[in-house]
Amino acid sequence: MKRKWMALSIIFAIATFLTGCEPLLVLDPKGPQAARQAQDIMLSIGIMSIIVLVVFAMLIFVLFKYRASKQSPDYEPPHMEGNIWVEAICVGIPVIIVAYLSFVSVQSNYIVEATPQGYEEKEPLVIYASSSNWKWHFSYPEENIETVNYLYIPTDRPLEFKLYSHGPITSFWIPQLGGQKYAMSDMITTLHLAADAPGEFMGRNANFSGKGFAENTFEVTAMSPTEFVEWVDEVQETAKPLTEEKFDELIEPGHLGRMTFTGTHLDFMPPPEGHNHGSSHADESIEDSHSEHEGDHSNH
Amino acid sequence: MEFLERFAVPHPSIAIYASMVAIGLTMIAIVAGLTYFKKWGYLWREWLTTVDHKRIGIMYLISALLMLFRGGVDAIMMRAQLSAPENTLLDAQHYNEIFTTHGVVMIIFMAMPFIFALMNFVVPLQIGARDVAFPRLNALSFWLFFMGAMLFNISFVIGGSPDAGWTSYFPLAGNEFSTSVGTNYYMLAIQISGIGSLMTGINMITTILKMRAPGMTLMKMPMFTWSSFIANVIIVFAFPVLTVALAMGTMDRLFGTQFFTMENGGMDMLWANLFWVWGHPEVYILILPAFGIYSEVISTFSRKNLYGYKSMVASMVVISLMSFLVWAHHFFTMGQGALTNSIFSITTMAIAVPTGVKIFNWLLTMWKGKIEITTPMLYSLLFIPLFTLGGVTGVMLAMSAADYQYHNTMFLVAHFHNVIIPGVVFAMLAGLTYYWPKMFGFMLNERIGKWTAWLLSIGFLLAFMPMYITGLDGQARRMYTYSEATGFGPLNMISFVGAIIMAVGFALIVYNVYYSTRYASRDIGEDPWDARTLEWATHNPVPEYNFAVVPEVRSSEALWDAKKHGHVLFKDRNYKKIHMPNNSGVPFIMSLIFFVWGFSFIFSLWIPAILATIGILVCMAHRSFEQDHGHYISVEEIEETETKMRGAK
Repeated sequence: MKRKWMALSIIFAIATFLTGCEPLLVLDPKGPQAARQAQDIMLSIGIMSIIVLVVFAMLIFVLFKYRASKQSPDYEPPHMEGNIWVEAICVGIPVIIVAYLSFVSVQSNYIVEATPQGYEEKEPLVIYASSSNWKWHFSYPEENIETVNYLYIPTDRPLEFKLYSHGPITSFWIPQLGGQKYAMSDMITTLHLAADAPGEFMGRNANFSGKGFAENTFEVTAMSPTEFVEWVDEVQETAKPLTEEKFDELIEPGHLGRMTFTGTHLDFMPPPEGHNHGSSHADESIEDSHSEHEGDHSNH
Repeated sequence: MEFLERFAVPHPSIAIYASMVAIGLTMIAIVAGLTYFKKWGYLWREWLTTVDHKRIGIMYLISALLMLFRGGVDAIMMRAQLSAPENTLLDAQHYNEIFTTHGVVMIIFMAMPFIFALMNFVVPLQIGARDVAFPRLNALSFWLFFMGAMLFNISFVIGGSPDAGWTSYFPLAGNEFSTSVGTNYYMLAIQISGIGSLMTGINMITTILKMRAPGMTLMKMPMFTWSSFIANVIIVFAFPVLTVALAMGTMDRLFGTQFFTMENGGMDMLWANLFWVWGHPEVYILILPAFGIYSEVISTFSRKNLYGYKSMVASMVVISLMSFLVWAHHFFTMGQGALTNSIFSITTMAIAVPTGVKIFNWLLTMWKGKIEITTPMLYSLLFIPLFTLGGVTGVMLAMSAADYQYHNTMFLVAHFHNVIIPGVVFAMLAGLTYYWPKMFGFMLNERIGKWTAWLLSIGFLLAFMPMYITGLDGQARRMYTYSEATGFGPLNMISFVGAIIMAVGFALIVYNVYYSTRYASRDIGEDPWDARTLEWATHNPVPEYNFAVVPEVRSSEALWDAKKHGHVLFKDRNYKKIHMPNNSGVPFIMSLIFFVWGFSFIFSLWIPAILATIGILVCMAHRSFEQDHGHYISVEEIEETETKMRGAK
């Protein structure tokens, strides 16, 4: 494991050097999921570079050797049908490369879609991240607080983001912690992340959602678990409760700064959980009581 | 008042008013010019009513070039806006409209007609036919496409352009979040031109299957014909999906259905799925004919037969099948779970294998050849390395876990331009230069042509390579601005410079056409490139009936056989009268009614919509009851034409 990290950091150092200045966000991971993705990216860049070099070399070779100007005027190029062995190589080698990359890809799929490796033992922190035009609302049901446009997270604890949208499809993305996932109005998607070390990260909606899309960003601060608990306590003491009227105001189209509340909007406006075919008015009331019950349960 | 407000542009600016005036003046100038030079009759007889596949091809070509510049202006505006942080050249709404129309125009109204131009012009000649199977339908296809394109283009002066991206994802494209009529334009303009594309698909398949010259078995067809055949098979399978999706979207917007809405059981993901079930095969509809052009060009200028003909055909068949099995890679991040993503990740990477086979076959075609670098060949030689870059980044994107980081970023934008520009656009320009003498009887200037190719390539690299880097640095696509702190500024400035260089390259094409029209020699003979395939066995430009005598072929390189191995292409030297289809104004009129029909739907004008629907039905009924047996070109006329053509040599 350690050697792998060593090798990785060397590769990243080279990549950083090649690009000239500060490391590119995606190749400067601060969490296990982003690290896995950066590793896949560097691996594929490496393998693909070899293919590019082979094609370039072959092209340069034929261009130097078989230019009309380098040959006698009466040279007649031969008639050539395909050769089964040559074609087998042209198919076989790409098949081997694709098979290897597929193997890695499938493995990575199961890794990024599960609790981050090394964090399996710890209890995940569940955060509901929902977007409205053009803001992000972060509800911490366990802590019973809610923030707008900023996200505080503890390090060394798996994070389970429950994503959905109050409007168009958006995409929740914190490049340094891991890749993005869509937030949609009629279902909940889950994104597993974790932060290895304290720090400040950029987060944004990556999926075009209309006029205010470019500014649809949020700030992420990762802090030690004790600091996180202190922050939660502080919010509990100082912030105002989030009322239904206030929340209706918040999801009106527009931009907002950072905001903090006690309570979450999940209580009075339940997320589209448990069904993925849109919500009809008829079953909303059932949904209501159901999620209230769940809410109680998680408070115990 | 409320009625008129719908026609107003929702976000007017000086640029839009200026273009309104410019459009108005251009139209007045065209009408005045046609009247002054008394060309109305000529225009009607020779072009608007023509059913000749060559003229229809040329009209497709002109439309494609016009749309290339229309979409190119959008591109320049976007790059200018992003060239500096916090730039205020465009506001968010304008930027959104511009990238939406850029995408739609370039794919649907530039790339598609460009391949149709070459297919229409070249395929019947390559297979030794006199026209396509259904010439009247062909005219209808063109005019439907043309009217769709015009309908789409008036959006930015009447009512406002669509602003939900060329993918037009719901619910953003729904009534709640797109309140202007812009997305109605999207739904109906693409629908109308899509019907035209579907008809072309059927027409071309029939032509290729039923109208080949004696001796030309399927495995003796030239490679461009093969690629066109497969592309059209994909069209016939993929376009109905688009038709249905657009119809559902239209009904959601106009009639209150709930297919893609956020409430009452609507599914926004359904649109994304339907769109890409069409959208992914669509990119192969574009790239396969491009591959066909490269195959012709590389073989011709290597003075060598195409290496691995059978594997070329097989790889295209495999690509066409696989193209329907990869659509979900456009939204790996939708949360389908690891299993679904794994399946689509593998199928996507698998497509790289047949594509790789083609690249190696082209390299092997050049191996031991006698390479002559003409302009079409230069495009092909630049295509191989540049497209390889785009191809391998495609494999990178196919790794679904890593795609969570690439998705929706400039990395993706760089990738698909990296395959579409060197892949499709370079092929179309190579094809344009290669077939120009066939179309117009003179060659384009080689020196200007090579300058164009180099400028486009250098401009391309400058414009798009930086995007790979900013994408990995977190620059999302479709952002109209970014802050200075992000550090995206310098690289975006390089992109802008690249875009300008490309614009100069495209402008040079126009200059080349002007220059060559004025100065190029008309005395080029039948075979100016020393080519290998059948289309070069007739005169330049091609007479109305294509071949005076139906040729007989025995390999995929019929002309080469005739030149080198003494094969006799035209056995029966006695001319016989030739049966040709009659011109008809109905396709043009019917498409014009379709334009009114689309416009009425866009603005919910129900009475004109009903009248237009009746008009369309009347046109169809007219065709059903019409007696039209075509006409014959007499032996004397053929003799006269042939003597004149030979005399011109």
